[in-house]
Amino acid sequence: MKDRLEQIKKEAIGAIMASDVPEKLNDVRVRFLGKKGELTAVLKGMKDVSPEERPKVGQMVNETRAAIEQVLEETKSKMEQAIREERLKKEVIDVTLPAKMNNVGHRHPNTIALEEVERIFVGMGYEVVEGPEVEYDEYNFEKLNIPADHPAKDEQDTFYINKEILLRTQTSPVQARVMEQGKLPIRMIAPGRVFRSDEVDATHSPSFHQIEGLVIDKDISFADLKGTLEVFAKELFGPETKTKFRPHHFPFTEPSAEVDVSCFKCGGKGCRFCKGSGWIEILGCGMVHPHVLEMCGIDPEEYNGFAFGVGLERIALLKYEIDDMRLLYENDIRFLKQF
Amino acid sequence: MNTSLSWIKAYVPDLDVTAQEYTDAMTLSGTKVEGFEETDADLEKIVIGQIEKIEKHPDADKLVICQVNVGNEKIQIVTGAPNVYEGAKVPVVLDGGRVAGGHEPGQRVEGGIKIKKGKLRGIESDGMMCSIEELGSNRDMYPEAPEHGIYIFPEDAEVGADAVEALGLHDAVFEYEVTSNRVDCYSVIGIAREAAATFGKKFVPPVVTETGNAEDAADYIQVSVENKKLCPRYCARVVKNIKIAPSPKWMQRRLASVGIRPINNLVDITNYVMEEYGQPMHAYDLDTIAGRQIIVKTAADGDVFTTLDGQERKLDKDVLMICDGEKEVGIAGIMGGENSMITDDVKTVLFEAACFDGVNIRKSAKRVGLRTDASGKFEKGLDPNNTKAAIDRACQLVEEMGAGEVVGGMVDVYDEVREPARVAFDEKKINRMLGTDISKEQMIAYFEKLDLTYDEATNEVIAPTFRQDLHCLADLAEEVARFYGYDNIPTTLPDGEATTGKMTFKLRIEQVARDIAEFCGFSQGMSYSFESPKVFDKLLLPKDSPLRDAIEIMNPLGEDYSVMRTISLNGMLSSLATNFNRRNKNVRLYELGNVYLPKSLPLAELPDERMQFTLGMYGDGDFFSMKGVVEEFFEKIGMKGRRIYEPKADRPYLHPGRQADIVYDGKLLGYLGEVHPQVADNYGIGTRAYVAVLDMPMILGYATFDRKYCGIAKYPAVSRDISMVVPKGVLVGQIESMLLQRGGKYLESFELFDLYEGAQIQEGFKSVAYSVVFRAPDKTLEEADVTAVMKKILNGLESLGIKLRE
Repeated sequence: MKDRLEQIKKEAIGAIMASDVPEKLNDVRVRFLGKKGELTAVLKGMKDVSPEERPKVGQMVNETRAAIEQVLEETKSKMEQAIREERLKKEVIDVTLPAKMNNVGHRHPNTIALEEVERIFVGMGYEVVEGPEVEYDEYNFEKLNIPADHPAKDEQDTFYINKEILLRTQTSPVQARVMEQGKLPIRMIAPGRVFRSDEVDATHSPSFHQIEGLVIDKDISFADLKGTLEVFAKELFGPETKTKFRPHHFPFTEPSAEVDVSCFKCGGKGCRFCKGSGWIEILGCGMVHPHVLEMCGIDPEEYNGFAFGVGLERIALLKYEIDDMRLLYENDIRFLKQF
Repeated sequence: MNTSLSWIKAYVPDLDVTAQEYTDAMTLSGTKVEGFEETDADLEKIVIGQIEKIEKHPDADKLVICQVNVGNEKIQIVTGAPNVYEGAKVPVVLDGGRVAGGHEPGQRVEGGIKIKKGKLRGIESDGMMCSIEELGSNRDMYPEAPEHGIYIFPEDAEVGADAVEALGLHDAVFEYEVTSNRVDCYSVIGIAREAAATFGKKFVPPVVTETGNAEDAADYIQVSVENKKLCPRYCARVVKNIKIAPSPKWMQRRLASVGIRPINNLVDITNYVMEEYGQPMHAYDLDTIAGRQIIVKTAADGDVFTTLDGQERKLDKDVLMICDGEKEVGIAGIMGGENSMITDDVKTVLFEAACFDGVNIRKSAKRVGLRTDASGKFEKGLDPNNTKAAIDRACQLVEEMGAGEVVGGMVDVYDEVREPARVAFDEKKINRMLGTDISKEQMIAYFEKLDLTYDEATNEVIAPTFRQDLHCLADLAEEVARFYGYDNIPTTLPDGEATTGKMTFKLRIEQVARDIAEFCGFSQGMSYSFESPKVFDKLLLPKDSPLRDAIEIMNPLGEDYSVMRTISLNGMLSSLATNFNRRNKNVRLYELGNVYLPKSLPLAELPDERMQFTLGMYGDGDFFSMKGVVEEFFEKIGMKGRRIYEPKADRPYLHPGRQADIVYDGKLLGYLGEVHPQVADNYGIGTRAYVAVLDMPMILGYATFDRKYCGIAKYPAVSRDISMVVPKGVLVGQIESMLLQRGGKYLESFELFDLYEGAQIQEGFKSVAYSVVFRAPDKTLEEADVTAVMKKILNGLESLGIKLRE
């Protein structure tokens, strides 16, 4: 019996070794270990073995089965690995072939610049609000301390619909609208479209965008205005950016300033970009004029604040080195795809 | 506004700065210098030389050889200039020097021209003698210079001295941007005052002396002002025995340096005083003034008046005129008349220095169509207290220059004397406003530098009337700030009550719109809010379309920009057309911009500004790609309800069979479709194009960022396929409505998996196949559950004329 089992084992291992594909291994399994296989046949012959011998023989059969199975598994595993390796070898691709793009669209450079500005101010606790583009003269001018007959109101700058209604020339009327609502303190920016009757050329457009900023609280100082805009300039143009405040005049702020930033191309040494001065003008600002506060129903003795206005196109043109403003409104896909 | 540095130094004698230092400091103290030009920038190694001997050039008829003494040596110069003579003192550029340009006017060369020793027709020439043009100047500034040839110095010029210095060309001309509140800085004196304060130097304005003979101007002229609002002050003086002659060189140069051409002593004096004091003046020939009286009053509508430039001007009742006893003699503040102008044989002159209402002058100049240097100054609104100083200064110059005999006295019509403003002072408030800690004494010192005085008794700052911009404490704070230095103010951040940084819901939804559009391959465009009224025809809008009721701009840039858009398609189609013309392939654009719908016309209140999310494309993709973008957007903004696409939208600009209105909860949210081929033709888009327009205000009512998790299904789904033969007229949307209506509570989803029209299908029908999925949240569905529902669905479908396929 023992010899018989040894014989089976030997034959089985021989057959395993002779197998070259997994299917043949399966045949071996059926032939030796299957229901009708040779080992099963040996078990079936157990009835001729004496009852005392049976456990011993049973154990021998199981050992033989285990031995065959082990070799079978090992061989199968080796064979499968070899096959996988063969397949991987065949599946080599040229990874330098072009990508399959989803062709995602691109955001307008104005919007990218605006989102930068919004991110900075929202981070400092400012709310982003909007106001109407077709606006009352009263908000665009009068409540901003620009009374009737002021040269700034001259027709050559402003598009009028009628005597009372116009296309806003600045985002500043949103200041007046927000202040009038009377919810204090105020920290807001108001981006939006504005209009001036300038003929279209490389540096002018009759329609462009501004971002207005307004802070109203108790004890706001010019130093706060400087600090805020310094943070803004550093965030927008880089941590090395320096700012310069120059006195200026706006009817709705006093004191007023224009702000230059150190040229981010040459770092202030002077280049073609900053016309050799090392500085680039980016915005106007000032402390809200007490008369404006009063007209909007805020007591200037209790509250004060600052306001600023940035030209969005100016920022976009500077940041992305776009040399012709007309490109912003042509919507040529070759332009837009660069952003 | 321009001034030369030398003119400023005339009133700030201790000023010793370079042009760049001046520019930087003045800009930081609030008088912005836009730029400057150094008149000696390109002049180098130029001395005064004396020609000692002139010989003919042996080989050139037009050239001569000059021996020139240049002080420490004698050099030889070959020249072709016609005006040289022995003994002449001339500017000489030495070897290695530079001149500013060629010898014809206007021939300035960037960086100048280098002069080197060389040979001219074989003869050694060690340098060059130069014309005024080569020195970068012109005959307006140096009228004594010859029209062609070398500049000749006066005989007393010092040989070997710096020729540039001798000509006064070591100077710079500054251009300022004066802000509208600083009327006083439209004058050299005003700017000099700022310069003195900025550099901490003494301000020495001209000392105007008493002038005039023993006579009284009132015996020569009477003045009456009828409209005192438009003419708060009128000063008149008289000069007799006029001697017209050129004005002195210093005056000519100062005028020319700021761009005013010298004419004669009388005209130059009025121009000089206008620049110096910022007060325009006018001179009349007194012998032409009828009745020896001046009346200031407004014109009558339809009056025609000939100004001294010979042009006829149409007047109206709002134009203020200077009249004599019979006629109009000048348009107040704008230009004098031809009938009273100064001629070369004038004997007696009437000087006028008046103050006119700035707004009226600005409006009149515009209506009359004549803007002059004078009206440009008047329209800022001048200080009535400046007129006397200006007219007296003019008379002083007349006497100094011997231009005539000044008659004593002045006729002055000035009823409401403007008093200096008194502004309450509070140094603590100023410091709080600025965030500084500046002492009261320091603040007062700043004020005094500017000729503002401090009244200790009332604790007020007194602003002279030339400072019309100082009314309140904030104005004083600015004066303190600009002399303390904006740079020196500390930088802090507002502390106060914390506020939440946020975007409005509308802006957040617009962000999602941008994200989705870009994800789907659309790039963002921007187009103008105003467009041509012809757009409506291009879009095939019927004559009675309410979209044609657009808001018109009163003063547009032209018809193409004259109405506010009521529909966003024109911008999009124009952009697509631009791209198509430029042969760009596969273009997808979107825009977020307003349309402007008037509530009534003419506009009585602000219009309805409606944000439109507009998409447009051509190239790869079709109607259903566009529909896909719209659907993705609705999904992303939480609009989970059923979006209905209504095919009979009747929009004339879209393909009649390929358009749909988008309806949600019974409300119209927008539309999409293929652009009508006629419209595409109108725009020059030579291919199929697709657009979608979503009305954001409607969408905002349904959009939400709220989400609720509802569990992932645990029990298996049961799926049934339905294959149908559908009459062509039945829309897939109707089948889906039926599925939704009759699908019962276990209906989970359905999907169209086959759509076929053609050979195997009966004419007038199409083959449609849906896979319908049922699932219960709490149990495994049994056959019976599904069968019952399916039976209901199938019955419903049959009622639409649909046959089920085996």
